[in-house]
Amino acid sequence: MDTAVTAKKKWWGGGYSPFNVSYGKLMMWYFLMSDAFTFGALLISYGTIRFMSTSWPDPNEVFKAAPLMGHANLPLVFVSIMTFILIMSSVTMVLAVHAGHQRNQKAVAKWLGWTIVGGAAFLACQAWEWTHLYHEGAWWGRNPFLNMDGTPASTNFTNFFFTITGFHGAHVTSGVILNIVILINVLKGTYEQRGHYEMVEKVGLYWHFVDLVWVFVFTCFYLL
Amino acid sequence: MEHTQTAAVDDARHGHGDTSTKTIWKTFWILLCVTIVEVALAFLHLETGFPSRLVLNAIFIGLTVVKAFFIVAEFMHLRHEIKNLILTILIPLMLFVWFIIAFLADGDSWKNMRKDLAPGTPKQTTTVTNEASHH
Repeated sequence: MDTAVTAKKKWWGGGYSPFNVSYGKLMMWYFLMSDAFTFGALLISYGTIRFMSTSWPDPNEVFKAAPLMGHANLPLVFVSIMTFILIMSSVTMVLAVHAGHQRNQKAVAKWLGWTIVGGAAFLACQAWEWTHLYHEGAWWGRNPFLNMDGTPASTNFTNFFFTITGFHGAHVTSGVILNIVILINVLKGTYEQRGHYEMVEKVGLYWHFVDLVWVFVFTCFYLL
Repeated sequence: MEHTQTAAVDDARHGHGDTSTKTIWKTFWILLCVTIVEVALAFLHLETGFPSRLVLNAIFIGLTVVKAFFIVAEFMHLRHEIKNLILTILIPLMLFVWFIIAFLADGDSWKNMRKDLAPGTPKQTTTVTNEASHH
């Protein structure tokens, strides 16, 4: 009898979530969807302005520096390292969620700790990049870089770059703060008492979303 | 009934009752390899000019979508959720298709207008005639 009911489960019949997830997780998904539209709007407006411009600065010229490398011409190297750090921190986050399913408090704390380290490392890299660009004369309203065709560029390039990477950086920052809050709760044993580690899954969703946005930022600003 | 319900939820939550971290690392290697390929292609283009900018950009966008798929499907676990949830998240995102086409086309037409209507452009006479016939 039971099996028959399960096989023909009426998801909208009431009695349980038609999405098979908790309220909190579903709302995190909805929030991330709205955030995706915010980032999408920013990136598409960047694309519109870029399509409207007759020429645009060459990312391989603008982003060619790396820390400790002096004036060496290293396009893409530093940002590739930043990308690797963020992907890696996403992996440690899934491992934390995985450990949570097995109710392994120590492993959750360990992997969540590494995720925080990864997030902080990414922010440090971004701080270095912003500082470097600032010293080259780039900032909101200021653009020292020439267009690919040699003509002086407008400030659209720097305005979009600092606004979008800044908005993403703000997301990373709040992600790190959330992760720290959750790590404290893990260490205090809050979730052990609660009987499940779903909070780790919820901040995990947010953290992966931040990684997802970076994938698009990386393509739009550094590759295209 | 209660028990079957809990079992179903547990099953969905744990994937296929998988206790290994194999898929996680597989996804990691895919993401890493795709990123390395992207950077390698960018360098190849810088050194040799091949593939052409248009082809290269198409490849970059394609690979970005591949990476996005793996992050959402595996890391965010969406692939293992039930269809109701997957559709609730993905259908609204389809608005992006129109969003991107409309705005990029708008930007492009804006550029063409600025080019064609700029003072002293050879096209000026034809454009003016076109403008006149429109009004």
